[in-house]
Amino acid sequence: MKFFEDLRIGERRELGSHTFTAEGIKAFARRYDPQLFHIDEEAAARSHFGGLCASGWQTGAVCMRLIALGNQRDMAALQASGQDVPNIGPSPGVRDLRWFKPVYAGDTISYALEIKDLRDAGPPGYGLVVSQTTGTNQAGELVYSAQGAVFVERKRNRKAQ
Amino acid sequence: MAKLFWEDFAVGQVNEYGRQPVSAEDIKAFAAEFDPQPMHLDEEAARATMVGGLCASGWHTCAIMMRIVADGFVLNSSSMGAPGVEEIRWLAPVRPGDVLRVRVTVVDKKASQSRPLLGFVGLFFEVLNDVGTCVMTSRTNMMFARRTSAHAGASA
Repeated sequence: MKFFEDLRIGERRELGSHTFTAEGIKAFARRYDPQLFHIDEEAAARSHFGGLCASGWQTGAVCMRLIALGNQRDMAALQASGQDVPNIGPSPGVRDLRWFKPVYAGDTISYALEIKDLRDAGPPGYGLVVSQTTGTNQAGELVYSAQGAVFVERKRNRKAQ
Repeated sequence: MAKLFWEDFAVGQVNEYGRQPVSAEDIKAFAAEFDPQPMHLDEEAARATMVGGLCASGWHTCAIMMRIVADGFVLNSSSMGAPGVEEIRWLAPVRPGDVLRVRVTVVDKKASQSRPLLGFVGLFFEVLNDVGTCVMTSRTNMMFARRTSAHAGASA
C-alpha cells in the first residue's frame, strides 16, 4: 500500500493464492465454525454442499492475510528505496460480502483487489480507500467477493510532522 | 432443546449468547495467521498506530462471533449456511481482556421461491463487550431447512 495520494481508482493487484486443505478447513472450523459440513467429511458429503468445504469466515480471513502480506512487501520496498512508509489504519467495515460457491477441500483460490473509490473520510491525515476483493477457484469460478475499506495515511500528514 | 427449523424464527425475536474472553495471546495468534499488521501483533508497535494499542483483527471478531452463535443456536438448527453478509461494521476496537457476547435480532424472514425445502432468516448481530460497548454489527441472511423438509426426509 502506498500513501493515499499515490493510489488510483481502478488500480488492481493480484494478491496471490491459497490452497484450502482438508486439515486447514477442519482446524479453522473446529475453532470458529464447527458446523458439520466444515469439520466432518462424511457428514459434509451428505449435506447440501456435497463435500467438506471451508467456513466462509476462513475464505475472508485468508483474503485479509494476503492483503496484509502484500502491504508488508510494499512497505519493505519503500523502506529499501529510502522512502517514508504510510501508516495503514483499521477498517471501518465490509459491505456486500458474498460466498458465491463453496470452497472445497483441495481448492486453490486466487485473490485480487481493485481500488473502487478514494474518499475524504476518517481522521485528519488519513483518507478512506474502498476496494473490491475477489476470490476465484482453479476452474475460474468466482467464489468470493467483498467490498472492503481501510484508512490510509496521506503524505501531507507525514510532512506536517 | 428442540432443533430449530426455519419455522421457529419469528421477526422481532432477540437473544443473547456467549461470554467469550479474548486474550492478547488469542489476538496475536489469529493475527499471525490471518492479519499480520502491527496493531494486531505487538503491543509496542500497536501504540504507534491509529488505534493506539493492541486490538483484535476485525476478521478475528467475525470468527469469534461465528463461534458464539454456533454454540448459541446454529449447531442446534437446520442451518444451511449463508450466501453472504450484507454489512459488517467494526465500531470499536476489541482489546485484550475484553469478554464478548452476541445479541441476535431476527429482522426478516422469507421462504425461498425456488427451493421449497428452505427459507431465509434475516439476522442482525451485535457483538458487545463486557462494558456494553457494541464493537461490531453485521447483517446477514442465513438459510435454514424447513420443518417440512425434515418430515419429508423421515418418511422417505
